[in-house]
Amino acid sequence: MKRVLSYSEAIREATEQEMSRDPSVIVMGMGVDDPKAILGTTKGLAGRFGHERVFDTPLSEDGMTGLAIGAAMSGLRPIHVHIRMDFVLLALNQLINMASKLCYMYAGKISVPVVIRCIIGKSWGQGPQHSQSFYPLFMNIPGLKIAAPSTPYDAKGCLISAIRDNNPVIFVEHRLLYYQKGYCPRGPFTMDFGKARILSRGRDITLVGISHMAVECLRAKRYLQEKGIEAEVIDPVTLSPLDMERIEKSVIKTRKLIVVDNAWIPCGAGAEIISRIMENNSGGDFIFKRMGFAFTPCPTTPALEGSFYPNAKMIAAQAYKMLYPKAGQWKPKANLKIEEVEFNGPF
Amino acid sequence: MFRDVFVRYRHKEKLKNKNYKLLERFYASLYLIRRTEEEIIRVYPTDKIKSPVHLSIGQEAVSAGVCAALNGRDVVFGTYRGHAMYLARGGSLKMMIAELYGKAAGCAGGRGGSMHLIDIGNMVMGTSAIVGTTIPISAGYAYGLKYRGSDSAVVSFFGDGAVDEGAFHEAMNFAALKKLPMLFVCENNLYAIHSHHLSRHHSDNICERAAVYGMPAQRIGDDIFSIYNTAKRLLKGVRSGRGPAFIECITCRWKEHVGPGDDFYLGYREKKEVRQAMKRDQLLEVRRLLGASAAGKIEKKIDGEIREAFEFAERSPFPAQEELYANVFKE
Repeated sequence: MKRVLSYSEAIREATEQEMSRDPSVIVMGMGVDDPKAILGTTKGLAGRFGHERVFDTPLSEDGMTGLAIGAAMSGLRPIHVHIRMDFVLLALNQLINMASKLCYMYAGKISVPVVIRCIIGKSWGQGPQHSQSFYPLFMNIPGLKIAAPSTPYDAKGCLISAIRDNNPVIFVEHRLLYYQKGYCPRGPFTMDFGKARILSRGRDITLVGISHMAVECLRAKRYLQEKGIEAEVIDPVTLSPLDMERIEKSVIKTRKLIVVDNAWIPCGAGAEIISRIMENNSGGDFIFKRMGFAFTPCPTTPALEGSFYPNAKMIAAQAYKMLYPKAGQWKPKANLKIEEVEFNGPF
Repeated sequence: MFRDVFVRYRHKEKLKNKNYKLLERFYASLYLIRRTEEEIIRVYPTDKIKSPVHLSIGQEAVSAGVCAALNGRDVVFGTYRGHAMYLARGGSLKMMIAELYGKAAGCAGGRGGSMHLIDIGNMVMGTSAIVGTTIPISAGYAYGLKYRGSDSAVVSFFGDGAVDEGAFHEAMNFAALKKLPMLFVCENNLYAIHSHHLSRHHSDNICERAAVYGMPAQRIGDDIFSIYNTAKRLLKGVRSGRGPAFIECITCRWKEHVGPGDDFYLGYREKKEVRQAMKRDQLLEVRRLLGASAAGKIEKKIDGEIREAFEFAERSPFPAQEELYANVFKE
């Protein structure tokens, strides 16, 4: 029997294993030692490792990010947790003006091994200020690494790699992924940043889904199968560095690409991925489409929220249109069986 | 204004310190900073230093006094007006001047310049051009020291502009909460660029703001003896686990905010203000106590070091082109 864990259990396990391996790893952030323990991802850590290593912080995102950087400079490896990525905006000064460039600015004499865990919310009325995912903003900054894994396996491997990395890593976790289950080995393991994962193979169209949108793309693939279309679904896993090689190879095969961002479209990951493919393949005969959030703040009411986010049916309809531009519109009917996605692996 | 601060400590503090070794140390530190910056002023019009310089002339005593009170492994963090702190803590002069010249041998390989000085071996952990940013980073470093049970302390230098930043309060609160081994040193030269402290603050209460976090906080002038004695006394408490402490030093920047010249033509402050500060010049004060012959020996040695450092910077090579992409990430 393969070992199955949920995404949130995988994060907890990775943190606990790294903390027991390396006494310089600490966990800090609002609520990391409270009864809810960041949706269970820090559960039991304060009890096992003590409050010097696992501590609650004041509501001082900027100051506490500076604290994490200073602690890192002194030899610790802090994991700074933000229960909402929206709050990370308050820490941009320290992240961009300091963390991302200290190593460069001081000719490699300083390193900043910090992990910034950022949780993205969705649905249950998260609304305009509890739903934002700012990874495209960080993709624009040299000196930062960004991981946004979508499977429990990748969540564990990437988090362990992020903790051991000597650079600041923005670690993006979508809250809806927390309950996804999938294969995850018991022991600690690492993953190379800059390696995309082909979640499912196909020859007709490439779907690149970021963070939770990888799940929507897998669902879209199943809807498309009703029409005999085989989509290839790729999760970039890390956005900085970005594994263009694997994505490009797939697009050269399928000639069609949809990038589904878990964010707004302008200047996003979709724009970056498609531009790079164009730059490397001048004259290439490809069809591209970017999908992402409606270019509005996120509405709270479910009546509007449904249209704000791309979903599997929209992605499938878009893919069908790209494959059969003359066939007229097709929209799959909702199917609960299709919507259930579990990651089976091993990858 | 603030005159009481300058007279309060005068004579008794000084007498306590008729300690010859300490006088020599003070003088060497003050003279090194002053003469180095004067040399920067001399060279600046040649455009060999392509880095904005924020000179410490007039404020040297704060860094010289505090750093003389430190132990071997105590670290300092500072600001873009950081030449004084860097040199007072023992940062390499050669590497600093090479850095200002943008040379590969500079303390940051030419990537930092005047505003980003570092010398880890000599416990200078960096300076920043973004006001207030090194204050919480200092607290983080202090957290690391405490976590490892070290008896060293962190000194965070910043100006009166930084106290306007939220990070200042965020860091003080956390340092007090966790009883971190650190000393906050506010160099209040009264101006953030050209904006007066009292045009930005409800009242003249920087020190009181620190006191509300439950830490010992003291306002003093820029008399090097009172700075040294106050730092020494407060650091004793800091090291014994009582938590952070705070010093506000009222001082004066003699030169313009950025650049090598004077700025009286701007009219934002009166010449009188600076002239009064010049009367308190700690360099001359300590020289008088030390005596001309002892001072002369120190001057001769330092003049040689400065000449050597500038010559070294002049003849050092620039970084190679492939350096552009080096060290974006740490391996």
